[in-house]
Amino acid sequence: MNISRRDFFKRTAAIAGATIIGGGVSSLAGAKTPSELSTGNTANAKNWKIWVKRHEAGVRDEKYGVLVDLSLCIGCRRCEWACNEWNKNPNQPLKEFEASVNEENSVFNTIRRMHAGNFTVVNRFKNPKNGGYIYVKRQCMHCEDPGCLSSCFVDAYRKSQEGSVLYNPHVCIGCRYCMLACPFDVPAYEYHDALNPQITKCTMCYDRITEPGFVPACVEICPAGVMRFGKREELIYLAHEKIKNNPGKYVDHIYGEHEVGGTSWLYLSPVPFELIGFKTDLGKTPIPYLSKGYLTMVKMFEIVGAWPLVFGAYYAISKARKKAGHETSGEKGEGHGGKH
Amino acid sequence: MAENTNSWFREKILLGKTPRDYIISLFTFPNLIFGALIGIGVAVMIYRLFFGLGPATNLSDNYGWGFWIGFDILVGIALAAPGLTLGTAVHLFGMKEYHHFVRPAILSSLLGYIFAVFALMFDLGRYYRIPYLLGWSWGFSSVLFLIGWHFFLYINICLIEWGPALFEWLGLRKIREFFTKLAIWATIFGVIIAGGHQSALGGLYLLMPGKLHPLWYSMLLPVFFLLSAIFAGIGMVIIESAISHRVFKKQLEHLDHHKFERQVIGLGKAAASALFVYFILKLFDIGHGHTFHYLLTPYGYWYMVEILGFVLFPACLFVSAARNNNASLTRFAGLITVLGVVLNRLNVSIICYNWSLPASMKYVPKWSEFALSIGVVAMLIIAYRFIVNRMAIMYDHPDYETSH
Repeated sequence: MNISRRDFFKRTAAIAGATIIGGGVSSLAGAKTPSELSTGNTANAKNWKIWVKRHEAGVRDEKYGVLVDLSLCIGCRRCEWACNEWNKNPNQPLKEFEASVNEENSVFNTIRRMHAGNFTVVNRFKNPKNGGYIYVKRQCMHCEDPGCLSSCFVDAYRKSQEGSVLYNPHVCIGCRYCMLACPFDVPAYEYHDALNPQITKCTMCYDRITEPGFVPACVEICPAGVMRFGKREELIYLAHEKIKNNPGKYVDHIYGEHEVGGTSWLYLSPVPFELIGFKTDLGKTPIPYLSKGYLTMVKMFEIVGAWPLVFGAYYAISKARKKAGHETSGEKGEGHGGKH
Repeated sequence: MAENTNSWFREKILLGKTPRDYIISLFTFPNLIFGALIGIGVAVMIYRLFFGLGPATNLSDNYGWGFWIGFDILVGIALAAPGLTLGTAVHLFGMKEYHHFVRPAILSSLLGYIFAVFALMFDLGRYYRIPYLLGWSWGFSSVLFLIGWHFFLYINICLIEWGPALFEWLGLRKIREFFTKLAIWATIFGVIIAGGHQSALGGLYLLMPGKLHPLWYSMLLPVFFLLSAIFAGIGMVIIESAISHRVFKKQLEHLDHHKFERQVIGLGKAAASALFVYFILKLFDIGHGHTFHYLLTPYGYWYMVEILGFVLFPACLFVSAARNNNASLTRFAGLITVLGVVLNRLNVSIICYNWSLPASMKYVPKWSEFALSIGVVAMLIIAYRFIVNRMAIMYDHPDYETSH
């Protein structure tokens, strides 16, 4: 229904648009990847609904996470396929994903990021240790204290108790501030939807992990056992054990344990994180704290401080004015007035 | 009855001309240029509404905000600060000699905000949901929420402040009195509200220490934005008054020109003090943020161009103009000041944002983005002229005692 209406608009406007803007449409569309052109994502809305239902029912659950061991990844990109499949995003046959690792001209030649209708990507980096490759899966990190959530001016984000950061397209106005606020560049936008564009992002398969026995689609399909889904605390313990028990195999750092206040997704790596596309200068302060102080100050100032200050000033000035009579100007005013 | 309405319309809207004469009088060379600019802008707006942001702009997932936010909102709102600065100076600090500047200042703030928000509607993905912000879904933790509400409140405040001029024009004496009394309270509210959101526009960027270049990123961003809005506002008053004096010469016959020149220089002095405070705070900020080593990089040179060429330089010019009683120099300095604020806002929002991305991935606005913004600016100028030609903005209305 929606789509056909949109198509109708497009067709009628195409005639006008083509004459006004010229060939711009086709040339631009050609430069973009299919995922960037994607519209009409349904996964985020679906997961939000489940969250609302569980929230209203008062369901209690554990805090989960996923531990990614980058030393094991073979770059088969099955996780990308499974993610698209489960979330009903635009997809290609599984074989095309698996072929990338051996192709000369594969997607691995460029460093990719998430786009509309595309919640996860695998990137390839040179391994400085042995000259081989190291593959890095990217998706929403599911921050403990998310920047996107604090940036949203219509309150469209939630951090679920299970760990998922969820997005509600039903209230989103499309300001895209969350895309700027995210330190990991995760939220993507349906730029090619003229009427109902929305943000799209990974939900940590909220619709799966809330069912007993299910893990996220990417975790389930991984043939190399790269990812492990479990309680976040246990995963951190496990990761520390792995580092301790395999001296020299891993960098002594769990990415996501403390970054921007901690994330639900945790990474172990055999090489320093900054060499494989991770931002290592993010610090331990959660993103929302960066503006919290300012916001509190402004609100305090506006509600408490400013009123007596301004009214006081006004009262003093009008009193001085009355005393001075009406022909003189601001020279009598205190403070600023005296300067000129 | 019909005749009555017609004559009212002719008197108030058509400036006393017949419809035929009025339309003919519109065909002047500047009007044709403005018309063309608005036409192109409107075409882009329609294109954006039917095809979406993707085809209409060069925005991407790495650059969620582009020229429409950087220019229309960040620059536009900073340059729409005259109402804040002049309203405060005259109404709150009792600097009555500047009251000639107040009505034009309030009008430019009112129109500046209205057209900035109008342009914003084309940047928002779901512009038709904007009422959600006010009454449906509140994101209290967001700086943008503060800005959204403040814009809404401030437009209302400007409307109240503009009320007296509107009702003088309509000849509604009682309502005009009411708004005159209300205006002083609106000004008090306005100072708080405008100060809040001018700083909040800088506060938006507090969340992205990793994306904004360290020379521009600072915990003092809100303070910098507020201070620069103050001198941007004064600079705009200086420029606008200079232009108005040429364009609306007929309306200003009774003005004492020597006094006016002196006042312009006085405004320059105020701008200079704000510029110096800003400059010193910027120096302090470099020391505090340990960003010295960035100064000798390309971004560092660019930073120095902004700080020395567009902050320190105009500040010195203002001082020199005051010493030599040179109003033209003050006007030149005002222009440099305003250009500096434009540069600063574009640096923060576009040029030095995502500074670690390779040059090939940097955002360059599409022509249609410029075209829409230029179209909106042209609309603003036309609206400003339309109102000034009809209402008592530049002069005191002869039928009313002065309200200041």
